[in-house]
Amino acid sequence: MPGRMTQPPMPALPLPLPLSPLAAVLSMLMRSTLRRHPAILGRMGAAAGARFLIDVTNVPVLLLIEPALRRARVLPRSARPAHDAAIRGRLSAFLSMLHGAEDGDALFFSGELTIGGDTAAVLALRNALDDAEIDLTEEIAGLAPAAGPMARRLSGLLERRTGLSLHRVTETEVRE
Amino acid sequence: MMELVCPAGTPAALRAAVEAGAHTVYCGFADETNARNFPGLNFSREEMAAGIDFAHDRGAKVLVAINTFPRAGAQDLWHRAVADAAAAGADAVILADIGLLAHAAERHPGLRLHLSVQAAAANPDAINLYAQAFGVRRVVLPRVLTVEEIAAINRETEVETEVFVFGGLCVMAEGRCSLSSYATGLSPNMNGVCSPASHVAYAETAKGQEARLGGFLIHRTARGAPVPYPTLCKGCFTSGDQTGHIFEDPVSLDATRLIPALRKAGVSALKIEGRQRSRAYVTQVVRAFRAAVEAAERGDPMPEGLLTRLTEGQAATTGAYAKTWR
Ligand code: SF4
Repeated sequence: MPGRMTQPPMPALPLPLPLSPLAAVLSMLMRSTLRRHPAILGRMGAAAGARFLIDVTNVPVLLLIEPALRRARVLPRSARPAHDAAIRGRLSAFLSMLHGAEDGDALFFSGELTIGGDTAAVLALRNALDDAEIDLTEEIAGLAPAAGPMARRLSGLLERRTGLSLHRVTETEVRE
Repeated sequence: MMELVCPAGTPAALRAAVEAGAHTVYCGFADETNARNFPGLNFSREEMAAGIDFAHDRGAKVLVAINTFPRAGAQDLWHRAVADAAAAGADAVILADIGLLAHAAERHPGLRLHLSVQAAAANPDAINLYAQAFGVRRVVLPRVLTVEEIAAINRETEVETEVFVFGGLCVMAEGRCSLSSYATGLSPNMNGVCSPASHVAYAETAKGQEARLGGFLIHRTARGAPVPYPTLCKGCFTSGDQTGHIFEDPVSLDATRLIPALRKAGVSALKIEGRQRSRAYVTQVVRAFRAAVEAAERGDPMPEGLLTRLTEGQAATTGAYAKTWR
């Protein structure tokens, strides 16, 4: 087994203010996603207990997710949180993989995503999310059903503006 | 038309394959009975039954791969897998072990048997023996034969032949190789994993990105450059005064252009590797190959190079089908 990554643990200080609400929203989103897709944790098996550091390189913060604890934490880039596995890449790569627009291995072979730490845990997470056919826009809309139509409109607009993949692609949309 | 046999590591990938035009999907249970026993992959009994129903409703078939070699004393796990596949309505099971073939032929006489590539039956005598002894109806040929050799085999057997046309390559005679077992203690044929992820470690070092398997350095690449998965046979090694890919380059198989020749050689089915890949891969590859087999049927030229991005090393080879080995 690859060793657990041995970076010094994050100091037990409260997060800088703007990050805490973001972490709370992300944790809520994660809990509701895991509720709507109960197969994810089962498919991950023991890997659900791992701490995943998600390093989206063009975003100013780091994300630490712990699926079994249903917890997401947002950390400043200066933090060096203890983690078991790490995935690194641009936001577009993460979103394309999550939504089934691009194959995770292809992103990895091309160097757009890199991984560190417990490779088996990363694969388990990747495969479980791929099977869950998650649609981020729908997950967000599911948090506050009354605001759903607005969330969908906003997401469509953002998608066109930024080129990011913000909803699950259908069979006909998968890129040639 | 040649039958397109497509991979599915998850129920979502199975649905993607069927929707993209797969005639047949192959998949396995989430345990060591199948040769893609990877974390987060494969099917529970309920998922298998639901997947088979989904495929059958849309006119597609499902083959269940139970293609590792049972451990002595633990054969129950494999026997149960065969019984459960039959009960779920599988169109065939893909087996490699002689004992398991005998068991399936005796206990499940109505179940169609395919011989896994893991059995490495590469000549008419071997193939016909499996047909006579166990009623095997189709053989998946190991990726060591040329198109001419495949045509010669088809002339001497009634058993249908299925060949790989796309995906990762095992360059030895299909998992009959001790590289992975040596480095990790886990074997492709017994445990269903070659170069398992549990033994893979990536690290960024001053010298570049390093990929290790069981502690052995397999690749070191410049930062930002493509990092291949550390499959042992595709590693970069130093031997004497040479450093390079001693066994095989990190490339994948793409035999699209050989489809008309394979058709002429009497091949019944074309197989796509990649049960460990995502539904995005499955959709793109299946769609491209469905178009290619339809083109072959019409006598149209084969499309080329559509799928390079999806291949390991971002490069493709026609493998042994049209190659002289180093
Ligand atoms: S190391 Fe290579 S040749 Fe050996 S079993 Fe694995 S893929 Fe096949």
